[in-house]
Amino acid sequence: MSENEIVVEDPNAPASDSPAVTSTRSVDIAVSVLLLGFAALMAFDNWRTGMGWAADGPQAGYFPFYLSIVLGAASLYGIVTQCINREGAGKAFVSRDQLRRVTQVFVPTLAFCACTQWLGLYVASFLLVSGFMRWVGHIRWWKSLLTGVVFTITMFVTFDLAFDVIMPKGPLEALFGH
Amino acid sequence: MEAFGLLLHGFQVLLTFKILSLMLVGLLLGIFVGVLPGLGGPNGVAILLPLTFTMDPTSAIVMLSCIYWGALFGGAITSILFNIPGEAWSVATTFDGYPMAQQGRAAEALTAAFTSSFIGSLVAVLMITFLAPGIASFALRFGPPEFFAVYLLTFCSFVGLGREDKHKTLISMTLGLLIAGIGMDTVSGQLRMTFGFEELFRGINFLVAVIGLFGISEILLTMEERLALRGHAAKINLRVVWSVWKDLPKYWATLLRSSAIGCWLGITPGGAIAASFMGYNLAKRFSDDKESFGKGRIEGVFAPETAAHASGTAALLPMLALGIPGSGTAAILLGGLMVWGLNPGPLLFVEHKDFVWGLIASMYLGNVVGLVIVLSTVPIFAAVLRVPFAAVAPMIIVSCAVGAYAIQNAMFDIWLMLAFGVVGYVFKKIDIPLAPFTLALVLGNRAEDAFRLSMIGAEGDMRVFWSNGLVGSITTLALILLFWSLIAAGIKKMQGARNGLKHSG
Repeated sequence: MSENEIVVEDPNAPASDSPAVTSTRSVDIAVSVLLLGFAALMAFDNWRTGMGWAADGPQAGYFPFYLSIVLGAASLYGIVTQCINREGAGKAFVSRDQLRRVTQVFVPTLAFCACTQWLGLYVASFLLVSGFMRWVGHIRWWKSLLTGVVFTITMFVTFDLAFDVIMPKGPLEALFGH
Repeated sequence: MEAFGLLLHGFQVLLTFKILSLMLVGLLLGIFVGVLPGLGGPNGVAILLPLTFTMDPTSAIVMLSCIYWGALFGGAITSILFNIPGEAWSVATTFDGYPMAQQGRAAEALTAAFTSSFIGSLVAVLMITFLAPGIASFALRFGPPEFFAVYLLTFCSFVGLGREDKHKTLISMTLGLLIAGIGMDTVSGQLRMTFGFEELFRGINFLVAVIGLFGISEILLTMEERLALRGHAAKINLRVVWSVWKDLPKYWATLLRSSAIGCWLGITPGGAIAASFMGYNLAKRFSDDKESFGKGRIEGVFAPETAAHASGTAALLPMLALGIPGSGTAAILLGGLMVWGLNPGPLLFVEHKDFVWGLIASMYLGNVVGLVIVLSTVPIFAAVLRVPFAAVAPMIIVSCAVGAYAIQNAMFDIWLMLAFGVVGYVFKKIDIPLAPFTLALVLGNRAEDAFRLSMIGAEGDMRVFWSNGLVGSITTLALILLFWSLIAAGIKKMQGARNGLKHSG
């Protein structure tokens, strides 16, 4: 590596020949079906609210009712075209390796949101940053912990103290009287 | 020149220590955001928006727009040094920028990119300065039917001119409009589409959705990729800058053409991506030496960068003058306006002169200062890429959550953001475009209100949308654009038939 080159390695990168979990076409159809269901639900609710004309103009459900009809029609069109032409059937939506990596970031994010609810945002943020660096990034313990602490304190000072943007807090902050 | 006097006033608004330092902070944050993988213009602006909630609107918009300029500058750094376009609109910059870096001309390529970005946005800002007040004062005469026609035009042009499948654009747009309608109906006060969930009564906030759609989903998508990178370090010195600038007049045609393309595509919702490719392709077509493109030709950097920056800036023209954003980022800035308690639209020019002209003046100043900053700090920002993604990703996630929560102080919004993150991830992978979704979310209620107010005024007569020349031509144009692909195909067929007749006869 020469002096004027920047190199970053990615040892856990998803292999390019990793088998596909599902095809883009199947996901496309599944999403279209979901959207069709959503459109039907919305159409029903707006019909219940009132989708006609009152004395003073359209009722509250008028505009969204017709939108749900258009959404439903567009999704239906998507389902039909995908079923007729098999284009994209071979294209992978996500490979097994890719799914592993996406899960690696999605599950911690989910846990982070849950922690925020119980422990407050700052404790959750420390846990997420340090934990993610250590277990997903395989970065040394001390580096991970230090980054987590510094980042969390910076966030606290920036938002809660400097800009008066108040974040959800938990038992730890209560100890310090915040 | 009235505009000139107002612009001077704008500079006066800007020249306070507080605003100038916010500008600097915004630019630095923006470049940082532009360089980082998995973040870019719209995400950066969306995530950093909460910082501005407690500021006065002028400081807030100056800082946010500077984040945006910074992100545009930052995108060029990674495309040229690492062949990684931070944004879709930087893709065309890599065609010639990266080969130049490989040949050891990285500094030259970067200077060219920054300079042309600067020129592009300068042209667009000049256009905004002199056109926006006129358009706004014209739009002051608009009533609800005219406004609805303009909204319709925006939506239809997305469907008709977008490169994605028409039904997917339609899905994205109607879904956005529906979601925007959830909660209390502003006209009748009735609740709708809430299914009894208390959290949904006040509706789904546009910014929460955007942070999820762009921030969280981008992290998921980035993780899928191979994150290894190999690139060149570069340092720019004054000699290189001078040698590039000396040659600038030679490329006046390319610069001018790209600026014009950018300004045009920025106003229409085609956006910076289309502009950068078009700028590049046209520069190639008009060149005497087409072969040398793609092999490290400096013109190949000038052309797309000028167009992308011009279009990114021009996208703010319809936002300021009409309250209709020309790009995803402009849509987020528009969302910001509403948070700060301003009502976007032509009245801004009358009621909030300081705000509007401060913003326009900050576009001039921000680009000059931005140019100086990027030219002098490239090595630092290139080194940012050495930070492992495993450290950057969780920090971005936390910042997204902070942003989502801060808007309405609601934990529910953090969950909502996560849900939109998944939606954005899936939509991007099956090619459902997100830009119409964003636009529909931010404009949905205003479009519906305009429609219903016109209906109330006209007592339910749809002909109100053709009631005078102005509204009639806008509505007709909207419908033509909606069916543009069908019309274009029809014209082609007719021409084909005529040619066929000629040949046989």
